[in-house]
Amino acid sequence: MVLAGIVVAMATCGPIMTSVDPFSIVGPPLLAPSTRHAFGTDALGRDMLSGVLFGARTSMLIALAVSALSFACGMFVGLLGGYCGGWVDQLCTRVTELLQVLPRFFLVVVAVALFGPGVDRLILILGLTSWPVLARVVRGEVLSLRRAEFVIAAEATGATTAQILRRTVLPNVVPGALTVVGLLFGQVLLVEASLGFLGLGDPNVMTWGMLAGQSQAFLRVAWWLPFFPGIAITMAVLGFNLLTDAFSATLRAH
Amino acid sequence: MSGRFLLQRLLQLLPAVAGIVLVGFLLVHLAPGDPVIALAGESGDSAYYAFMRQRFGLDRPLFEQLGIYAQRVAVGDLGASYVYGRSAMSVILERVPATLLLTGTALLIAIIGALPLGILAARRPHTAGDLGISSTALAMYSTPVFLIGQLAILLFALHGGLFPVQGMFDAGTSTQGAAHLWDLARHLMLPAFVLAAHELAVLVRVTRGALAHEMTVEHVRTARGKGVSEFGVLMRHTLPRALLPVITVVGGRAGQLVTGAVVVEVVFGWPGIGRLLLAALQSRDIPVLLGIFMLVSVSVVVVNLITDLVYAARDPRVELA
Repeated sequence: MVLAGIVVAMATCGPIMTSVDPFSIVGPPLLAPSTRHAFGTDALGRDMLSGVLFGARTSMLIALAVSALSFACGMFVGLLGGYCGGWVDQLCTRVTELLQVLPRFFLVVVAVALFGPGVDRLILILGLTSWPVLARVVRGEVLSLRRAEFVIAAEATGATTAQILRRTVLPNVVPGALTVVGLLFGQVLLVEASLGFLGLGDPNVMTWGMLAGQSQAFLRVAWWLPFFPGIAITMAVLGFNLLTDAFSATLRAH
Repeated sequence: MSGRFLLQRLLQLLPAVAGIVLVGFLLVHLAPGDPVIALAGESGDSAYYAFMRQRFGLDRPLFEQLGIYAQRVAVGDLGASYVYGRSAMSVILERVPATLLLTGTALLIAIIGALPLGILAARRPHTAGDLGISSTALAMYSTPVFLIGQLAILLFALHGGLFPVQGMFDAGTSTQGAAHLWDLARHLMLPAFVLAAHELAVLVRVTRGALAHEMTVEHVRTARGKGVSEFGVLMRHTLPRALLPVITVVGGRAGQLVTGAVVVEVVFGWPGIGRLLLAALQSRDIPVLLGIFMLVSVSVVVVNLITDLVYAARDPRVELA
């Protein structure tokens, strides 16, 4: 909880806390951490602290957008398949299964090669391929809810499908779905970092993965280059995983 | 396992593989620019372009093109690599053994390490030992693979000097026999352990969860009441059933394992698919990139199939579902 809070604070307040542009050269290259530059400087003499702070913003933005997109897709497909049943359900299940085995990471690599790098493409591809687990969870929930007495009662009173979905099904599905999205959030952060590490991110946007990737060549001389961005990613992912754990524990208690 | 179930599962492969080919086809055709550039490279002359257009049927209607493309892919023809000038498939297949060695070793390490740790944690849930193992696993799961790799290089290779930093063999030496294998093993250890870290973390958590659940069921209490030893309960009653979800997770994470391998190969300079992928990306070698994408996708589908079959062999109820 605290960890996730720190990362979100970093993402929102980063530009206030440091007046240094992460792309501007502020000192001699490969300077070890000191009071002037708390995280040291990189090979071009750019401030690492400001890089890590600005990187938080990009990572959070991407993870948030991907999670939102997956949530929308997963809920839609899960509800559609689970509620309609029949051939609609069959079709939804097949598409879900196909996307589940499609290796996201390799898809992004091919897309970057064909369409060029960019945050928008990254969000689109990760968002459109990350929802299968969510759809399966939602579908399962909906299938069991359909047989629940209060849903049958709602049907008996003549409620329309839209009303039933909104009043009886959705409130019971959303909490479970949010748990899946929480776990997804951490996974997206890791995938995005790996892509940035391999130099597949947008070169004009500061990200943690990119910082870590650039450090690879200077591993021997500058331990602080991979260390701080890497730890930042770990803190963020761990924070959101713990948050999700706590959330699902509270759900179970209810 | 009944033959009908086997056949049914095998038939389910077809739509998945067709879907993968369709995705590859769409990517090439949705990309800006002429698809012939994507298949034949930017440096070809007009005669070569005309030849490639005809070979992949790019002058025909789109629907027909898909059919031709699927036929080509089915026989393993992905076009020629721009960089190597040979069949993209053969370029990729050359790199497969190195990646298989790395992922196989990592998976072995993860399974061998995870089972005892998971058992240890599940034996006394919510005690200090369990909390220690579980939270270490969660922290390890949350750490990006490249950070683990870079820290491992800093600690064990650069400062400790215990392992070589990069590569598969020592440069400039040509060892034979046992010395050759020892050289390979020394280079393999660090990347394999780093790649295993994530899988280990996931498997510890799954093993612990499944075992802790199995320990609470009635027949286990009966067995304990009969006076069966703790070890006997573990081996005969709880572990065999707890292994089922572990099998599912191992099989289901094939895609993540290969993704991790790409990063590890780049960090450690391991000459497998991952390094090839990055090199192909930098030179925009589309046939090789698409080939790797399809090969990995199909492998993941096949691993999922094998997982399902193993699961069904161990739990006959699966066939009924």
